[in-house]
Amino acid sequence: MNKYTEDDLREELKTKEYEYGFYTDIKSDTFPIGLNEDIVKAISLKKEEPQWMTDWRLEAFKAWKEMEEPDWANVNYVKPDFQAISYYSAPNSKPKYNSLDEVDPELLATFEKLGISIDEQKKLSNVAMDVVVDSVSVATTFKKTLGEKGIIFMSISEAIKEHPELVKKYIGTVVPQKDNFYAALNSAVFSDGSFCYIPKGVHCPMELSTYFRINQAGTGQFERTLVIADEGSYVSYLEGCTAPSRDENQLHAAVVELIALDNAEIKYSTVQNWYPGNAEGKGGVYNFVTKRGLCETNAKISWTQVETGSAVTWKYPSCVLKGDNSVGEFYSIAVTNNYQQADTGTKMIHLGKNTKSTIISKGISAGKSQNSYRGLVKISPNADNARNFSQCDSLLMGNECGAHTFPYIEAKNKSARIEHEATTSKIGEDQIFYCNQRGISTEKAIALIVNGFSKDVLNKLPMEFAVEAQKLLEISLEGSVG
Amino acid sequence: MLKIKNLHASVEDKSILKGINLEIKPGEVHAIMGPNGSGKSTLASVIAGKEDYEVTDGEIFFEGKDINELAAEERAHKGIFLSFQYPVEIPGVSVTNFMKTAINETRKAKGLEDMPAKDMLKLIREKAELLEIDRKFLSRSLNEGFSGGEKKRNEIFQMAMLEPKLAILDETDSGLDIDALRIVANGVNKLKSKDNAVLVITHYQRLLDYIVPDFVHVLYKGRIVKSGTKELAHELEEKGYDWIKEEVNA
Ligand SMILES: Nc1ncnc2c1ncn2[C@@H]1O[C@H](COP(=O)(O)OP(=O)(O)OP(=O)(O)O)[C@@H](O)[C@H]1O
Ligand SMILES: [Mg+2]
Repeated sequence: MNKYTEDDLREELKTKEYEYGFYTDIKSDTFPIGLNEDIVKAISLKKEEPQWMTDWRLEAFKAWKEMEEPDWANVNYVKPDFQAISYYSAPNSKPKYNSLDEVDPELLATFEKLGISIDEQKKLSNVAMDVVVDSVSVATTFKKTLGEKGIIFMSISEAIKEHPELVKKYIGTVVPQKDNFYAALNSAVFSDGSFCYIPKGVHCPMELSTYFRINQAGTGQFERTLVIADEGSYVSYLEGCTAPSRDENQLHAAVVELIALDNAEIKYSTVQNWYPGNAEGKGGVYNFVTKRGLCETNAKISWTQVETGSAVTWKYPSCVLKGDNSVGEFYSIAVTNNYQQADTGTKMIHLGKNTKSTIISKGISAGKSQNSYRGLVKISPNADNARNFSQCDSLLMGNECGAHTFPYIEAKNKSARIEHEATTSKIGEDQIFYCNQRGISTEKAIALIVNGFSKDVLNKLPMEFAVEAQKLLEISLEGSVG
Repeated sequence: MLKIKNLHASVEDKSILKGINLEIKPGEVHAIMGPNGSGKSTLASVIAGKEDYEVTDGEIFFEGKDINELAAEERAHKGIFLSFQYPVEIPGVSVTNFMKTAINETRKAKGLEDMPAKDMLKLIREKAELLEIDRKFLSRSLNEGFSGGEKKRNEIFQMAMLEPKLAILDETDSGLDIDALRIVANGVNKLKSKDNAVLVITHYQRLLDYIVPDFVHVLYKGRIVKSGTKELAHELEEKGYDWIKEEVNA
């Protein structure tokens, strides 16, 4: 009989190359490696920033020098040498484009290879994109349509120049410079990122989307995103990324700040597919991200994420529920395979009365990977009638991977209602055989089972993103079964 | 259609099937009966191509071709269907989605395009009606929280959707109430033609009143120890297995 053992599967998995592994050679202008005050000043200068921004960066740098890289997460890796990284790199063909025709053809080819060419995206999904290649935005579309509604959607460098009052007012208010080691580093050296402002009462008519790319050998990527939804407004923001395969570790330390003022709603969806390293666990992106949102009265923030990439992920999109009746949601699918390590989860900080939070986390581990959920639900003394519901499900494939759950609860108000549910399951051989018997191959069966497991979260993604996310789940788990 | 010669199979080095010979021709209905643990489900799984079961000797031919080297899904593509004794649950995957995947994967294997959604819906409607299944039921997660009878009826619904050449029904009758048994059996009979065949595994003569077998075989300790017509099933119902065991052990 055709015996297909786990060993065969493992073998197959090893030979499976990173689907989107390629490297685009766009001429770039790169800083020498290393980090000191002069580099920080040079970045600011290069970006023609005002003095207050330079000072803000320097303050962050001073704080960072005194800080230590955290090691409480359930991950093991060789700590990056921060003096061996170049902190600035920009494509040096034309800095700005009015239309796609002007964009470097090689870049366009890259997008095509990903199956998500900007053209296609524009036509199909009515998505305005602020494309970040390496660190500087090279294409911004749909700006005019948005402009008519008073929506500002641009790179943060542009925003610093064109809307300094908004940036100055909000940057660092949710994630302060000194918040943590990586946030401090980001504050000092962030090269670019996106800025978005939705005026009072405006319902943003389209999904705003940014594709992040890490592209220059040896350059870390330090994105800074700031989204402000003014009173009564609504926006859905998509963030997605892939990276070329590379033999050395690439550091990524992004900061995302969301501000939802009274009665506003922000939906922030991420599909993350950075190079996870090869089958031996070599190479791959280190992803240390600080994402946090602030909700004022009656405001709502939802984080939805599908994490399939990175060698090491350290990421806790959080909500500070400051205003009364505010709502925070976190929906997450984290997939780890081979030697990937993910420590991810959320923090829900209940400060206001009648605040509500929901956490649904789906962890899928295969190969020799480690997948940890770390969540904090904190109810402050003034948060009367706060409610939280958390559900953490783990799906294991094989016997060599691990799933871990670390739910922390700090309730300082007696009226709090907190519910936590957790399950762990394994893809069974019986399930696979059942699918096989109906004509469904093992590969497809796994995809089907994983999609079923992840359904509650996939359903939260915007339609076109959900399709892409399903494809990614399939790719990242090809050939793994227990 | 199906020809099994001197089939020996074992699981985890434990020998379970010890020389099965069986031939099923197009248009025929065969029934296999036998005491618990005699190897009926094992035989069904081996025909369907379950990997845990190792064929140590003998051959299985389907439509004249040795299928020993074929993976389970390839056998399914050729038209072998197994209604499971214990259908498994797949949380989050609706019956409809599951069937759509199964049908399109089978079509893909045959070099055909996906079935157009319109045709798929029509097919689902038609087959759900045949088995008197409420279509709301089809958007539930596959087998999750289904009652025993619902699971079995759903198995036959899948059979109706896939229209196999050889259907193996492993104790499809157990768990069905009297009305459901009639509905399911009628469904099976309606799908019957001179070109396909059915292998029914059952403990009860009752099912065979509806799905009338051309041949009845008794499996005992991994061998077919007696074959006959449908009268044999009546005899077993009346007398149990002791007399057969005695014959064998004598
Ligand atoms: N995976 C397995 N590992 C060990 N033993 C097994 C395995 N599968 C089946 N067996 C054994 O093989 C024998 C035959 O099992 P099988 O399920 O084929 O019986 P059956 O005739 O279908 O019984 P029933 O009428 O109870 O359904 C039993 O003794 C059973 O315990
Ligand atoms: Mg059985």
